[in-house]
Amino acid sequence: MMPVRLANLAALLVMPLVLTGVINRVKSLWSGRKGPPLFQLAFDVVRLLRKSSVYSSTTTPVFRIAPYVLLLTAAGSACVAPLLGSTPFVSFPFDFVWLAYVWGLGRMAIMLAALDTGSSFGGMGAAREATFSTLLEPALFFIVGALSLLTGKHTLHEALNPHLDGGPAFVVWVAALVALTIVLQVETARMPVDDPATHLELTMVHEVMVLDHSGPDLAAIQVASAIKFFVGASIIATLLNPWAGSETLAAASLNVAICVFVAILIGTVESLIARLKLRAVPQYIVVAIASGVVALLAAAWRAGGAP
Amino acid sequence: MSTSVIVHRMNVCDIPTHNPNAWRDDLTKRFRDGHRILTLFGRRDHDRVLITAVLQAQDRSIVLSRSTVTPEFGYHELTSEFPALHCFERELHEQTGVRIAAHAWLKPIRYEGKTQSAMNEYPFYKIEGKEVHEVAVGPVHAGVIEPGSFRFMCLGEQVHHLEIQLGYQHRGVERRLLEREPTRLTPLVETIAGDTSIAHAWAYCSTLESVSDCELDIEVEAARAIALELERVAMHLAGLSGLAADVGFLQGATTYGRLRTTAINTTMRLCGSRFGRGALRPGGVAMRLPPDLLNEVRGNLNLLRRDLPIINECFLASQTVQHRLRSVGVLTEAQAAELGLVGMAARASGIPIDARQEVKSGAYKVLPIPVAIIRDGDCWGRARLRIAEMDASLLWLSTILALYPNWDCPRKRIGSLAPNQIAFALVEGWRGEVIHCLETGATGEVVHYKVQDPSFRNWMGLAIAVRGNEISDFPICNKSFDLSYCGNDL
Repeated sequence: MMPVRLANLAALLVMPLVLTGVINRVKSLWSGRKGPPLFQLAFDVVRLLRKSSVYSSTTTPVFRIAPYVLLLTAAGSACVAPLLGSTPFVSFPFDFVWLAYVWGLGRMAIMLAALDTGSSFGGMGAAREATFSTLLEPALFFIVGALSLLTGKHTLHEALNPHLDGGPAFVVWVAALVALTIVLQVETARMPVDDPATHLELTMVHEVMVLDHSGPDLAAIQVASAIKFFVGASIIATLLNPWAGSETLAAASLNVAICVFVAILIGTVESLIARLKLRAVPQYIVVAIASGVVALLAAAWRAGGAP
Repeated sequence: MSTSVIVHRMNVCDIPTHNPNAWRDDLTKRFRDGHRILTLFGRRDHDRVLITAVLQAQDRSIVLSRSTVTPEFGYHELTSEFPALHCFERELHEQTGVRIAAHAWLKPIRYEGKTQSAMNEYPFYKIEGKEVHEVAVGPVHAGVIEPGSFRFMCLGEQVHHLEIQLGYQHRGVERRLLEREPTRLTPLVETIAGDTSIAHAWAYCSTLESVSDCELDIEVEAARAIALELERVAMHLAGLSGLAADVGFLQGATTYGRLRTTAINTTMRLCGSRFGRGALRPGGVAMRLPPDLLNEVRGNLNLLRRDLPIINECFLASQTVQHRLRSVGVLTEAQAAELGLVGMAARASGIPIDARQEVKSGAYKVLPIPVAIIRDGDCWGRARLRIAEMDASLLWLSTILALYPNWDCPRKRIGSLAPNQIAFALVEGWRGEVIHCLETGATGEVVHYKVQDPSFRNWMGLAIAVRGNEISDFPICNKSFDLSYCGNDL
């Protein structure tokens, strides 16, 4: 057990930086630039840690603790996620509920912080985030529920390793991939849902909520986002990984490679298409819900048909 | 007088001058007959205010009409019948203090002079209600752009009303223009709106050349037109790059941005400044075109003509870009006409006004440039219009360079200015019509200089176009109009 945990820890420390770097590199290459170093996020964090934070006089302690709540919840979600495609740090029945709600807790903290500033931008961003996350939650539960039904397992990492025997199982698998990709895009504020590169406050969702944070607080938020992306990518990778569940170096390497592939895919999508109209984002998230429903039906049909 | 821009010179005595009521009736009749307002301004003349209106008839001829009013008595507003006048009457009131009776919206345009300290007390229009929320954006913005204050009254995500307060860039341009030697103003004029240096410089040069009877050779006209079209191409590229960045279309943002560098570097090789400063001087141009430079310019134009279609295709074919821009920020033809919009924004709403089509001589007569009209009036239409104008300008540039490759004409001296003249010049800059108007006194001294950037008239178009749209769509509406803050603020 110990080596796996150590490997998980090492992955948790390195992979969020790498994946963020990969996305930015992919975007740079698509636009004909060389791009920043792969570990630019690490340099940014070091730079931000050396600065002090600036606080508006209208804010309360909620504003100050929110970034660290976000960081802790991101780390908390990483504890139950199969970062390397096998056993996570901690695993307990229905741990996916923990995952969904520590993300929810982090989101609530940052939304409260945004409202705390009293700026109209923060309020708008929080309202948008609330709308999107309300839609996202059922999608996540439908998918994990369907996978759980398919595998008969109640922990996240086991549910993500279905045995693809026949049509219904395959349908669940594909629907889960679609839904989880959308969940990843929304949760980590990537295109086409949110544009992490924009400077236009009025169009922002996630960015506008962290607009008032600076220094170490901002560093905490950036690291939390990177960890969240790794957690989301590793969940997709485990689902794709044919050797998932085995605690071998090969399986872990493959999982990491798939995570990088997911980052390349997200970066490519971000480079080639424009962002959705804000009004169309809920429709996009509904695709995830629909996939979830399909997966659930397919899993139920298979469970009912099984001898 | 042969020139590539619209120039109208008149002896001051020949301008029909009416009493306020007759003047008002005259304007009313003319507007009803289909005249279009070009500019309207006033100046203090002892204890009275002299108001000058410049109109364009349907046959494209230019008409001037004047009145002297006492500031306390003033005249009855015309804006409610002809909304295109709203900015002119507000400016007139602010600059001369003349009373404009019954005007419903006499808010400051730019807080000129002593009132500048009152900018914080701008009386924004307010809507009250449970679901109404107010969003203030600016005057300091997140991007590196000019300052301007936007106040939105929103119902949820939907914008019900937008009010734009400008004036943060007010530098007292018009007053400063009167303080210096009139023939040496080009460096100042080039900074009125830094992205429209050539158009402003050309309008200034034309007014001076007109009142000093300075005839220019066609080569000089062509050289000026080439500089103007290069500015148009460069700014359309910059605008499309910004628009692509605002919708998150990475390829458009970077490629248009890269090509803009080629365009502005071409201008730099011609005049030493990437923004066209120092290109034009009264009496001629300060640009040279030796054969090796001509080859370089041709090479750059060929590069643009080779690479632009690729990215245009990419931009126009992108479903997501279309989805983002289509039917956003719609300004109908009727609205655009009523508000008196000019230039690119007007043409994208289906109004065919383009001064380059109306000149009777000069470079645009020798080689006409086709006018692009789009009827949609939305952000997608404005983007497509810019692409079409850019293509037309590039083709035109390649041809005109072959016709006039030799610019070696000595600069003509600007003699003394004729007394009691008014000279009006209109240049179709990339954003729209740039208007300069110069009036000389009894000894040939400049008594009034009026500057008008197209942004001055188009800002209200943006405010109206945003109504009913989502607040998150405002930035792309703003970018699609691409208006100048300093051009408005003077």
